[in-house]
Amino acid sequence: MTNMLYSFTGLILFVFGLFALISCPHPLRKILGGNVMSTGIFLFLVATSYRTDTASIDPVPQAMVLTGIVVSVSITAVALVLATRLQQSANRAMNRREKKNEGGAAEG
Amino acid sequence: MVSAESWIAVPVVVPLAAALLSFLVRRGSLFISLAAAIINVLAAAILVNQFFVSGPAQYAVGGWDPPLGISLRTDGPALIMLVLTGLTGVAISLYAWGYFSFRIDQPARAGRPEKQERFFWPLWMLQLTGLNGLFLSGDIFNIYVTLELIGVSAAGLAALSGKSASITAALRYLLVSLLGSMSYLLGVVFLYKTYGVLDLGLLQKMAGPTPGVIAALAVMSVGLLLKTAIFPMHFWLPPAHANALAPVSAILSGLVVKGSFFLLFRLWFDIFSPALPHTAFSLMGALGAGAILWGGIQALRQQRLKLLIAYSTISQLGYLLIAFPLAFTGGNSQTWSAVLFMASGHACAKIAMFMSAGTIMLHLGHDRIRELAGIRAYLPVTAFAYAAAGVNLMGLPPSGGFIGKWMMLIASLSTHQWLWALVLLAGSFLAVAYVFRVVEQLFVIPPDAPFIERHPRAGLLEWPALILALISLLMGLIAPYPLRLLDTGMAPQVVQVIGG
Repeated sequence: MTNMLYSFTGLILFVFGLFALISCPHPLRKILGGNVMSTGIFLFLVATSYRTDTASIDPVPQAMVLTGIVVSVSITAVALVLATRLQQSANRAMNRREKKNEGGAAEG
Repeated sequence: MVSAESWIAVPVVVPLAAALLSFLVRRGSLFISLAAAIINVLAAAILVNQFFVSGPAQYAVGGWDPPLGISLRTDGPALIMLVLTGLTGVAISLYAWGYFSFRIDQPARAGRPEKQERFFWPLWMLQLTGLNGLFLSGDIFNIYVTLELIGVSAAGLAALSGKSASITAALRYLLVSLLGSMSYLLGVVFLYKTYGVLDLGLLQKMAGPTPGVIAALAVMSVGLLLKTAIFPMHFWLPPAHANALAPVSAILSGLVVKGSFFLLFRLWFDIFSPALPHTAFSLMGALGAGAILWGGIQALRQQRLKLLIAYSTISQLGYLLIAFPLAFTGGNSQTWSAVLFMASGHACAKIAMFMSAGTIMLHLGHDRIRELAGIRAYLPVTAFAYAAAGVNLMGLPPSGGFIGKWMMLIASLSTHQWLWALVLLAGSFLAVAYVFRVVEQLFVIPPDAPFIERHPRAGLLEWPALILALISLLMGLIAPYPLRLLDTGMAPQVVQVIGG
């Protein structure tokens, strides 16, 4: 029964993350949404490793979760770097525009 | 002494080693990567030879057998994609060599091209590793890992030009590919929950029409369609492909989308085709029809050359999906191989087109279609390569596109599915229109054309494009050889129909 509870929680988390990834405009929220999505899948996977017939658990899903976490960390890192770059170039463009406006005002 | 099967590991291990080495040894990165690309082609040739001698091979990595271990395996479709990636990989490496030395010679901003080149080689080799791994893997979770590897390195490549537009496009690309691979992973979990195995071969034996399989295939397919940029989920492709550096656009448009398409193809045809209802195949065909028409119309409306080529990619990817309903009701394996044929012809042609567009952009400094007239005067080879690649997109004989479309057309007429045949023809007309929009500009030399000096090292930019364009153009003449690869497990009449 708890097994089912974990599985459904995982799926609900997946849907929440999906919703955030699609609907939030801010890059950081999108990245966090992606993280929530992957966490949901990992929870679902961990719940899969429960076996009713034997006392031991299935080790394969756990190996998959570990691999998945490594992948998700590296993708988050790349996405964060890109988002930072985007922010920097937007800031630079804004500064340039402000300077231009100030220069124009001084001349006028 | 290494066994014969261990050659399977070479296309994965060598590019990976080259990626790491070229990241560490910056000076030699060009030659390390070039050598890895050449070794990759040789390994692919050896694998093809082994396949003809002794049939499909399997290699258990680390000595662990499935279901627990991860296996690498070769079969017809995988080998075709492997050879295609290998050949185009060498051409792209040569082109990138020429491209970066041109940019370093005449930098728009000092120091930037050197930096771009430094990161291009490791990322490109990582991309090659991911693609080869995807084609050869026999394990659905391992395929997930290669998908992510492809996604991350593709986003890195797309961001390489450093402009704000390309970084925006790259971030969107990364998030889209994350969404795609996450939903693929969800499907993997469903399958594991249902059957308790991850190996493709074992799944093939077990798969039946149970709710778990249908759900798994549905989420996996949505994810992969998103990654393949099939209409209406194509929105991320044009900005990402058009804003990237020329060699990167070639890689993304020619190879990366084919990677996820190949996986889709494998899941539907190789494994789950008995478990699926007819409507699912028709739905895929409808998406393909939408992609052909929408991509073609958008390509006609573009003002910039690279955007036009990117939209034409969307249109051409639609053909690959139209084949799904045809292969299902057609019931013969001809359509099945037509898909891979179309995919490889399109890959060669599209890479050649993006290479030519890049060469033109380097010489002119822009890619506005209206102002392209006069290119032929100083870049004759590039103009010819573009036109020859265009012949493949239009589907005129003897190109690979012709063979693919012809086989699909025959399948649709013989099974009375007229609608698909109409869409196929309409797509070809659109392709003629958008190819000629550019070609008519390329071959005119107006009297007041500006004189532009040809760069002395432009040869490295022009010849790889021409060779790929010629391969796509003449693919119809060598059709029996690739079809022999696909022949395993299929009726031998396929080869006779095409060859005779």
